[in-house]
Amino acid sequence: MTTILFLAVLAVILLWGVGVYNGLVSLKNQVRNAWTQIDVQLKRRHDLIPNLVNTVKGAMEYERGTMEAVINARAKAMGAQGVKATAEAEGQLTQALGKLFALMENYPDLKATKNVLQLQEELTSTENRIGFSRQHYNDVATEYNTKQQQFPTNLVAGIAKATPADLWVIVDDQERAVPTVDLSSRPPGA
Amino acid sequence: MSDANLFAQQAANRRRSAWLVALFVLFFAWVGFGGDYAFYLLTAGAPAGQYHHTVPFIGLLTTAAASVLCYFSWKTGPRRVLLAAGAWEVVTPASPAQLQLVNVAEEMAIAAGLPKPTVWVVPDQDLNAFATGHDSRHASIAVTEGLLAALDRDELQGVVAHEMSHIQNDDVKLMTLLAGMLGAVALLSDGIGRYLRVGGRMGGSSRGGGRSGGKGNNPLGAVLLIVWVFTLLIAPVVTRLLAMAVSRKREYLADATAAQLTRHPEALARALQKLDAASAPTRSIAQGAAHLCIVDPAERKLSDREGIVGDIFASHPPIRLRVARLRAMAFQNAKREGGALPA
Repeated sequence: MTTILFLAVLAVILLWGVGVYNGLVSLKNQVRNAWTQIDVQLKRRHDLIPNLVNTVKGAMEYERGTMEAVINARAKAMGAQGVKATAEAEGQLTQALGKLFALMENYPDLKATKNVLQLQEELTSTENRIGFSRQHYNDVATEYNTKQQQFPTNLVAGIAKATPADLWVIVDDQERAVPTVDLSSRPPGA
Repeated sequence: MSDANLFAQQAANRRRSAWLVALFVLFFAWVGFGGDYAFYLLTAGAPAGQYHHTVPFIGLLTTAAASVLCYFSWKTGPRRVLLAAGAWEVVTPASPAQLQLVNVAEEMAIAAGLPKPTVWVVPDQDLNAFATGHDSRHASIAVTEGLLAALDRDELQGVVAHEMSHIQNDDVKLMTLLAGMLGAVALLSDGIGRYLRVGGRMGGSSRGGGRSGGKGNNPLGAVLLIVWVFTLLIAPVVTRLLAMAVSRKREYLADATAAQLTRHPEALARALQKLDAASAPTRSIAQGAAHLCIVDPAERKLSDREGIVGDIFASHPPIRLRVARLRAMAFQNAKREGGALPA
């Protein structure tokens, strides 16, 4: 009788362990997948920037310095590796872009062209996508980190090779405030 | 980051709708198998040669009918709802507004960590939107032309986030399941009701008399049978009320999940007020698809009524209450970030 009870308890613990292990592995993959989603959106942003610069180059030739800053920040961001370095480089790119958008406000004629309007919607969407993929990544990563630290899941965390995932933290206040790509503007004639 | 209110509201609505669904399933089980049990008790004492009700035919048949109904409405429902609304799919955006809609849908899919749903437009000037699909990975979101024209980008994002939340929370499947059970119960109730009416008309006939002949030997069975027949007659109403109650909880849940996706509950609150102000009915959306919409498409909205009527019959909670809850979340955000209160 006692042996049966012992075996039953053992089986329950084993089943629980397998469940927790699989849960952790699945979360780890979700974190990895969420990260690749950010990457996809960052690539979209990097692809759109030359387009933007080419479109506004003619009209904004006095702002060459700002445009060069954007191009340099883009090059740096494309070369960055790992969560922390990428977060920092992309933050700088966000700032440079923010400056360019702010300057574009001084060129109402330029802003009114169909090409620029469409580009602006794409850029707005891209900035949003980056923000949302980052938010999703942070949500999943937080869930993963919490799971592996909580008792009794933490007993299995070592076996599942679970290590805390880095969160994408926004470093400075300036960047925090920047995403004013005039998000609320409606396309005219809609 | 403390999104306490946001996550607490989601948890509360999840819990409440889970209780309601459990109640629904229990009621369904009673309607299906209660009669079988009564017949079993009634025939248990019968002599060896006579009929013994040992296989629960009624329950099995009802369950089978519900399964078939569920399967077909799950399989063909999404296409039928879109077709019935006359919606067309936005494949390549032709106008800035359509581009914005497609972009917003993609953004919300990213925020929810799901594949992008297909995007449809319903040619209707009223303001409404709905979601449908087989599961969270094969889903569609449809908005009316009126909505596309009336909302700004943030508000549109709030509405699409609400629909994306229905997809993420598997509400389409849940409501299809409930509708299937509802249909089976209605069929059974209708059948038994008809049988009773016919039986009543033939009251004194020899067949009717012969059937009730051997039933006097088990009082519990007789009582159960009467209670069962009675519940069966009111069952269509009861199941509908339960389904509506589940639907209302899922609407609150979708609002709270949408706030988690956009982290901008104020925009959805604003959008809901605009939807409320445009009080014309959404003619192209059938009432059968109401639980998939962001606001009740009916002409005289029951969800406008607060208090007992709305609490019992409406598919959606009163918009003012939804707006109040969203504003509460927006207020907490503003308080945390030290920002200004939304106007």
